Amino acid sequence: MASEDKKPKAACFDGEAARSLVKELRGTFDAGKTKSYEWRVLQLKSLLKLTKDHEDDIIDALRSDLSKPVLEAFVSEIAMLKSSCEFTLKQLKRWMVPEKVKTSITTFPSSAEIVSEPLGIVLVISAWNYPFLLSLDPVIGAIAAGNAVVLKPSEIAPATSSLLAKLLGEYMDSSLRKWKSGKHRIGSAAAKHLTPVSLELGGKCPVIVDSNINLIITARRIIAGKWGMNNGQACISADHIITTKDFAPKLIDALKVELVKFYGNDPLASEDLSRIVSSNHFARVTKLLDDDKVSGKIVHGGQKDQSNLKIAPTILLDVPEDSLIMNEEIFGPLLPIVTVDNLEDSFNIINSGEKPLAAYLFTNNKKLKESFVRNVSAGGLLINDVALHITNPYLPFGGVGESGIGSYHGRFSFDTFTHKKAVLYRSFTGDASARYPPYTPGKLRLLKALLSGNILGVIRALLGW
Amino acid sequence: MEAEEGLRLGRSVTELRETFRSGRTRGVAWRKSQLRAILKLIDDHEDAIFEALHQDLGKHPVEVYRDEIGVVKKSATNSLSCVEKWMAPKKQDKYGGGEVGGEFTHSTQVMTLALDPLMGAISAGNTVVVKPSELAPACSSFLANTLPLYLDSKAVKVIEGGADISQQLLQQKWDKIFFTGSARVGRIVMSEAAKHLTPVTLELGGKCPIILDTLSDPSDIKVAAKRIAGGKWGPCSGQACIAIDYLLVEQKFASTMIEFLKKTISRFYGENPKNLKNLSRIVNKHQFERLRNILEDPSIAVSIIHGGSLDEKNLTIEPTILLNPPLDADIMTEEIFGPLLPIITLTNIQESIEFINSRPKPLAIYAFTKNDSFKKKILAETSSGSVAFNDTMIQFVCDTLPFGGVGQSGFGRYHGKYSFDTFSHEKAVLHRSFFLDLEPRYPPWNDFKMQFIRFAYMFDYLRIVLLLLGYKLKKIFSPGHLA
Repeated sequence: MASEDKKPKAACFDGEAARSLVKELRGTFDAGKTKSYEWRVLQLKSLLKLTKDHEDDIIDALRSDLSKPVLEAFVSEIAMLKSSCEFTLKQLKRWMVPEKVKTSITTFPSSAEIVSEPLGIVLVISAWNYPFLLSLDPVIGAIAAGNAVVLKPSEIAPATSSLLAKLLGEYMDSSLRKWKSGKHRIGSAAAKHLTPVSLELGGKCPVIVDSNINLIITARRIIAGKWGMNNGQACISADHIITTKDFAPKLIDALKVELVKFYGNDPLASEDLSRIVSSNHFARVTKLLDDDKVSGKIVHGGQKDQSNLKIAPTILLDVPEDSLIMNEEIFGPLLPIVTVDNLEDSFNIINSGEKPLAAYLFTNNKKLKESFVRNVSAGGLLINDVALHITNPYLPFGGVGESGIGSYHGRFSFDTFTHKKAVLYRSFTGDASARYPPYTPGKLRLLKALLSGNILGVIRALLGW
Repeated sequence: MEAEEGLRLGRSVTELRETFRSGRTRGVAWRKSQLRAILKLIDDHEDAIFEALHQDLGKHPVEVYRDEIGVVKKSATNSLSCVEKWMAPKKQDKYGGGEVGGEFTHSTQVMTLALDPLMGAISAGNTVVVKPSELAPACSSFLANTLPLYLDSKAVKVIEGGADISQQLLQQKWDKIFFTGSARVGRIVMSEAAKHLTPVTLELGGKCPIILDTLSDPSDIKVAAKRIAGGKWGPCSGQACIAIDYLLVEQKFASTMIEFLKKTISRFYGENPKNLKNLSRIVNKHQFERLRNILEDPSIAVSIIHGGSLDEKNLTIEPTILLNPPLDADIMTEEIFGPLLPIITLTNIQESIEFINSRPKPLAIYAFTKNDSFKKKILAETSSGSVAFNDTMIQFVCDTLPFGGVGQSGFGRYHGKYSFDTFSHEKAVLHRSFFLDLEPRYPPWNDFKMQFIRFAYMFDYLRIVLLLLGYKLKKIFSPGHLA
């Protein structure tokens, strides 16, 4: 017994271990195990069962890692994952069918199709803020597309990470493996092997608020999309607000009222707010407030409890443009409000920065909505709400520019882990000699006609005119 | 000098960014005007294009038209008629329009590989820099001199130069990079792009095999021989990413096929190796030497069964067939990119699948067979950018098929609408109204809200209604989680 106690908890995962892991999975993949519809469905159903059977364990792990309120854990992680899994199960057969495409006279006679085939071995590197969802949602896509998968959950959410290791080992085929490791630099590593990557990153997701709105609903939705999302620690949570100088006081008042309704007068004591994930991040967020020019702009909140890693919902008004809080992704419960004279100026402000993962607009003004959609570049846009667009499986979810590359959710997950192989079928009949040497002016004429789809020209060329 | 060059490039990119910000490239009118301008450029300068390609590569005008001019015209015409449709937001939304795209082209299909992606970038409303390959200098000059006369020079720029210029360009921040070329350079492009989180499309190469099943009908064998010759020596003397690299055939059929191939070669290219017609030359001395070294390697030379002669003055190599060269020699491990065709014989053609799978994924697999179940097996058990049955190269001109690689042959795709998509960001847009705001969405949390949300996720409307009417429903979750 004593010697067992001395055994290391987990074997050191070095380059050798990584190579042998990938080799094993490649063997599994090459044997064709992951390609059948039946295998994919079995894995997805097992994933669903895992989620249903262990809902309480998952909620406990999320509480341990992030103090995530039960309801938030259920809505934003468990229910989202179940939806995604069920949607995929329903659609998978259809997605796997080769897509027939049209052919033109240039390749006549022929038929063509696009066949979806798995890429092979996929690596999913997940995040700590939605550790359950952001680990398994991409895995659903990878499995649906017929790949073998290695999942590396975030070490910053250790309870969820351990739980995933245990449960995936019990429920899933061994072609889905988990490994713990440190950080890596992804981009250049992928380049060495010419591996395509999807990068779901973040950014400063702005919320533009017009005066032509339902104020109470707007305030609630902003709160839900800021502090209701892991206390602001989400890639798509509202980072900051842009509104007019005139409207800002009204908005701030409405936010204050609703904040008290949601979290009470002492938000640090509320069970319905997540904590900051770690002391490192707590230090990072409080540093944003360190600057006097910033802390002097707090109009609501600002309370901190370092021992419990809690920070209260905090609103700031018109902090300096060059302050850290306005130049880095906040990823915490601080909400700066920037005021402008005209709301249209907000588009330029957003476009002058890096493209965010999401941008939000609250307004009833149709022209403003159209102008927003046309002129603001972001991963996704949502009008009159915050964050909800990620629940629509028909919309691609992903970034652009600094906020990321690639997209997923619904069918986009399947596509992201798929190679769309083009297939052209020809027969031995219908051979156009114009293609081959010796090359003659007559052949040139015929080719010109064929390639331009000019049937009359083809006939004339064939007749020698 | 280098710093100056860097500054000049930086200024060009800044100008392009300003042009894009001004919104000029967003409207459909601008995009169509550019596409029309490309068509006009090609019509006006057809002879100059023939001349440039003849100068750089010794290409025959028919080959030029078939593989370059015709393809680009077809693509431009197609884009013109479809761009408006492509631009329309999809009900589950799409909104075209990136920003500044960079494009690096390859040396042997210069017009196609420069203009085809350029058109995709323009259709999607981007501003573009094209860096043509310096290995085809006449074509590079042609593009640099002619494109500005036809296209909006504030939105489309051509930058000429070699590796040093490419390096400088790669230091700039692009919104998209489209690269056609070798895997070695592809890695460099991707590493540099990673620094700016720039998405890339890499159109690389690979050893495109052809699986030749045993055919019994002589007319089929004749057609196959033509298409194989056309797919090996037709495209720039084998210097094309989708040209056939090597051939797999059953031992018992090999000699018949070789005879047909020899006859086809002499019909296409003439009998006299010192005066070969209709055949492009090797692009430059460096590549010529590379191919010469392969042919003069004793272990490989012994397997030459046809051709093999070299004309150093004209940089031409005779169409050459080799039979079973050593599998570990360069000719079978590196992309040949030249007019040498190794034939590998197998006992049973089914072995070709394993042969191909033990090597990196190619850009294309060609299979000549009438056996439907063998076709299905090839499709299911091999992986490549594309597959063509009973023909070669032709999938390149089918606009409805995505063209691109997988694994070592690259990633991303283009042609037709895929070109538009490759240079676009699909922006998701969701509209909500203020009508119908649900209480249970917001804290403070309690049992009621939990139940409501559970039922909502299960689309259990009946239970929702009952809950709202105040009926006590059985607890679904274990106690202790909610106070």
